[in-house]
Amino acid sequence: MEKKFADRDLACLTQLDEFLTSLEGEKGALIPVLQKAQDLFGYLPMEVLVYISRKIGVPISRVYGVVTFYSQFHLVPRGRNVIRSCQGTACHVRGASAVMREVRKCLELEGGAATTDNLRFTLESVACIGCCGLAPVMTVNGDTYGRLVPEKVGDILEQYR
Amino acid sequence: MEKLARAHVLVCGGTGCSSSGSKIIIPALREKLQAKGMEDEVRVVETGCHGLCEMGPLVIVYPEGVFYVRVKPEDVDEIVETHLVKGRTITRLLYREATTLETVPGYDKIAFYKKQKRYALANCGHINPESLEEYIGADGYEGLAKALDMTPEAVIEEIKASGLRGRGGGGFPTGLKWQFTRAASGDKKYVICNADEGDPGAFMDRSVLEGDPHRIIEGMAVCGYAIGSDEGYIYCRAEYPLAIKRLRNAIAQAREAGLLGEGILSGKFNFDLHIKEGAGAFVCGEETALMASIEGRRGMPRPRPPFPANSGLWGKPTNINNVETFANVPSIMRDGAGYFASQGTETSKGTKVFALTGKINNTGLAEVPMGITMREIIYEIGGGISDGRNFKAVQIGGPSGGCLPESLLDLPIDYESLTRAGAMMGSGGLVVMDETTCMVDVARYFLNFTQDESCGKCTPCREGTKRMLEILNRICEGMGKEEDIPLLENLAKSIKGASLCALGQTAPNPVLSTLSFFRDEYEAHIREHRCPAGACAALIGYTITDKCRGCGLCKKACPAGAISGETKNVHVIDKKTCVRCGECQAKCPFNAIDKS
Ligand SMILES: Cc1cc2nc3c(=O)[nH]c(=O)nc-3n(C[C@H](O)[C@H](O)[C@H](O)COP(=O)(O)O)c2cc1C
Ligand code: FES
Repeated sequence: MEKKFADRDLACLTQLDEFLTSLEGEKGALIPVLQKAQDLFGYLPMEVLVYISRKIGVPISRVYGVVTFYSQFHLVPRGRNVIRSCQGTACHVRGASAVMREVRKCLELEGGAATTDNLRFTLESVACIGCCGLAPVMTVNGDTYGRLVPEKVGDILEQYR
Repeated sequence: MEKLARAHVLVCGGTGCSSSGSKIIIPALREKLQAKGMEDEVRVVETGCHGLCEMGPLVIVYPEGVFYVRVKPEDVDEIVETHLVKGRTITRLLYREATTLETVPGYDKIAFYKKQKRYALANCGHINPESLEEYIGADGYEGLAKALDMTPEAVIEEIKASGLRGRGGGGFPTGLKWQFTRAASGDKKYVICNADEGDPGAFMDRSVLEGDPHRIIEGMAVCGYAIGSDEGYIYCRAEYPLAIKRLRNAIAQAREAGLLGEGILSGKFNFDLHIKEGAGAFVCGEETALMASIEGRRGMPRPRPPFPANSGLWGKPTNINNVETFANVPSIMRDGAGYFASQGTETSKGTKVFALTGKINNTGLAEVPMGITMREIIYEIGGGISDGRNFKAVQIGGPSGGCLPESLLDLPIDYESLTRAGAMMGSGGLVVMDETTCMVDVARYFLNFTQDESCGKCTPCREGTKRMLEILNRICEGMGKEEDIPLLENLAKSIKGASLCALGQTAPNPVLSTLSFFRDEYEAHIREHRCPAGACAALIGYTITDKCRGCGLCKKACPAGAISGETKNVHVIDKKTCVRCGECQAKCPFNAIDKS
């Protein structure tokens, strides 16, 4: 279980420690701590979960339980660019599945894979990002693109390659 | 002291308009004004959402109230030179009514706004959401000041008299909920604002949080005073980063100004707020799951009673309300209960914000008195169905709601009438569907959603929704069986009756309502292997008619290589290889490909 941390990871751990100190005494801190850790590491490696569990005195089983419950948390590395394709109702009735299909085609994502082999892109679906007026919508790294048609997808993704 | 400006240019900085380009327009305007030395005369204000997201980015020039739509960065020069310097309206950028195509100069003359009564949204789009002064300038925090001069009991009576009911879905009377929490024993109590807004297709909470964050702080503080609480949480979904940013900013400003913290408004009342970010789970909108999530656990609902009013966050009495519910509180306190109670119907008072989306001309947010008909909302405010198509159904209430057909368009909307019709108020998301939307596919869409979001704690919801989804998948693929419809109805009944929380109890609603109003579509799928809307890929086929000139574009477009034919000869589609993507039809310049 005890795995060595790489130097880069150690820097992240220091920042995580600072965050933990700032939360001292706060109740229900597990989720904010996990959010911070994922921000720093890009995902939640098992050794980081063990570290957090020891640090805040919450059993690893519970930490793992929380991580697997919420769709925001990821146990495996993700692509550098995160695409979130909205599959909410408003987007669905305005053709969101065709947009999603086009994204998969452009990224050559086969089967159920969500991340490209070169770790450049991760594709996620999300149910409504609150821009339903612009349906169908997707975001890349937080930038929103609305009124999509499959023809627009390629050009948008090209900017992030 | 800042100089008084002769004109204000309001640019919408909501998520919708920012993504259509207002982020570039605002600095461009400022730069241009500076270059002309007009930065003191004309003030550029970044506001929250105006509601007409379809037409964004929106730019409104005051004092005239001229309303420009779909403004592009290239238009900035003209707005400054022609409008702000020469005082001439730019007709090209004016809003055009979807129905008459006439241009409309003023904000208040646009059909989308004419029928609205903006109460919870009063400030959205009109003030700078990052400025406490502007909120106070719009009579902000007056309601809180008034409440603090009253006894907590009198505050609760006022809310009760207004008839305000919860806007988060259930429609529970807000005053009564406050009274229960006040009456609960315990010296520590909590106020929670439910800003999880999970219903896909609803975005009114987001608009209020982004466009008028102080209103929520004020509403929560009034509630804290009324129930005897000094601490509150806002649980906001992580998908709304701008809302979280504006809330943090507003909370810091309020603390600074003595509107939060110890001794609010120099009195004895203490109240402070925390923000908790959600982590992506729809079920966390359910109140008991939400509290589990704030406590740092898996967000799973628990049986009620005990209700949160008696045992909520960390076992303490807790009052939880929706964003829009809290948004109504400051004005009710400020104006007294009278105005609010005078709007709406016998059982459902006040105004409600609806999110209009789907196949409708004016997508956006509309706040209207309860009791208005669906027809008025869709045709008068929403400008009718887009692309000249015909109305088929409107979905209301999200995954817990139902689809209403044409025959129910004249139903006055309130909590009770919707429930009777087999739908639900929910959060007020209206998704309009036209004849190209397949109702079986819509039911399948929602079941897929609830099945995915079910937390898995109780069996009827976890397993039942999965079985229903399997059946719906089968029907959409043309492999439905005659006994599938009664089987769906049977499963629906068990799931409704036996699930632990409202997620499961309402999950079958989209299926039941489509079964009762659009049964013929299910039957067409099962008996004739036909999708009347032409939406279910497995049940449609493409054929090339003799209009084909043999240009070969379709052959190139086909990803499956299913089209063959010599140049200048009629091409054919091989039904077995065709993946029914519709690419060929989209590319054909001669309209020679039929879908059936
Ligand atoms: C599955 C599920 C999801 C819910 N999602 C939300 C939500 O996103 N926002 C909300 O305000 N209420 C939601 N609710 C309703 C809450 O449980 C609760 O009734 C509401 O926050 C009470 O506030 P109100 O009385 O002001 O409406 C949801 C309920 C269920 C069962
Ligand atoms: S449904 Fe896609 S943004 Fe709301």
